[in-house]
Amino acid sequence: MNQHNISDSSLLLSLMLVLVALLISQKEKLGMSKDILWSVTRAIIQLVIVGYVLKSIFDVNNDWLTLLMVLFICVNAALNARKRSRQIDHGFIIALVAITSGTALTLTVLLLSGAIAFVPMQVIPISGMIAGNAMVAVGLCFTNLNQRFSDNQQKIMEMLSLGAPIKRASAGLMRDSIRAAMIPTVDGAKTVGLVSLPGMMSGLIFAGIDPVKAIKYQIMVTFMLIATASLSTIIAAYLSYRRFYTARAQLKP
Amino acid sequence: MSADSPLLAVQDVTLAVQGRTLLAPVSLQLYAGETLLLTGPSGSGKSTLLKIIASLLEPDSGQILFQQRDIHTLKVEHYRQQVSYCFQTPQLFGDTVYDNLALPWQLRQQQPSREQLVAALRSLHLSADMLDKNVAGLSGGEKQRVALLRNLQFLPQILLLDEVTSALDEPNKQRVNQLIAALVAEKGLAVIRISHDVQEIDAAERILRLTPPAAGEQHESA
Repeated sequence: MNQHNISDSSLLLSLMLVLVALLISQKEKLGMSKDILWSVTRAIIQLVIVGYVLKSIFDVNNDWLTLLMVLFICVNAALNARKRSRQIDHGFIIALVAITSGTALTLTVLLLSGAIAFVPMQVIPISGMIAGNAMVAVGLCFTNLNQRFSDNQQKIMEMLSLGAPIKRASAGLMRDSIRAAMIPTVDGAKTVGLVSLPGMMSGLIFAGIDPVKAIKYQIMVTFMLIATASLSTIIAAYLSYRRFYTARAQLKP
Repeated sequence: MSADSPLLAVQDVTLAVQGRTLLAPVSLQLYAGETLLLTGPSGSGKSTLLKIIASLLEPDSGQILFQQRDIHTLKVEHYRQQVSYCFQTPQLFGDTVYDNLALPWQLRQQQPSREQLVAALRSLHLSADMLDKNVAGLSGGEKQRVALLRNLQFLPQILLLDEVTSALDEPNKQRVNQLIAALVAEKGLAVIRISHDVQEIDAAERILRLTPPAAGEQHESA
């Protein structure tokens, strides 16, 4: 295997890249210096903690602990997706159900097919990739639903006034929102390998694995991201649309 | 339901949003085959009242009885098919005029024939090729007529008309008014309509004049 250890000093030197961003922020008066510093500090602390946590979980190799870690990832993804929910009450629960279902189904298929083994070293990183993608898709779905429901109030009311049930009155908006939320994932799949060498594949190539072997994993990742994004957004949309109506099938103000 | 009980009874309905009164207490009764004209300055709550009656808005207080039953005891989708609200400046949903006229059929698990829909369009002087036109390309007057036809695909018991002739030229206004008058006279349709049109106000048998909430009560004149 190739040498792929990064030394502390080279890591420290790469911190200069952050200085570039800080300089640009100062010079262009973007007012983002505090944000950049905060996000970099957070990233360092989070990753250090996660590194040690993962190391000990991998060492313990306990099934329940592994599942708990997967759940922890889903909860965090849901907490983040909820920020986009605005008018949708119970946004956290909806996001959690959507992201966890999508992640669980995809993981199950990958495990049953033997693509990955039920060991923390494989299950946890894969869960992170899946849940992270689902988080973005569910967040986008929330944003789109909010936007479309506020833009199309009268069209919805016109359907309601003819006696349409809320599901029928929301169907078009839900379809558009689900589609819009899936575009990044679908576009990503279209250009994979052409525009970016995704994390999974890059990591394996870094670690010295034959690129032809690495793409097999990337193909699997592409499959699972598409499956999770579609499943999670559909669940999120179907759980969310009722939140825009009162019990009397009236649009909430 | 006995013959002399009203089809619709609105009792002391009010609505305020964020402390601002949109509708001062209103009461009215409506019988089958009757037309009530709502008038009053803008801001007096005419559209709000119709939307409350159509159960598209929830009043803060008061009660609405349809066929002597509180509308909260009725399935809201069925109620809205019987007490149908037609918007003043409809946007139309879906892609084509067909989507709009077919929805009432689809809601009843039925499929309209194109001939039926074309006949409906012709009744209000709209051409047959309009059926497949994109709704975005329609004029305000065309949208108003399509919207009204949408409400009339299955005749409701009460039709709530919110200035539905405001974008129409004189001949089309008369066509719409004749169509509604015929349904009232022949089918016993009950109508509440908002209008600022002098001729329509003159022709009305009952007028309810709403006043802006600050100014006090509503007055009905014969």
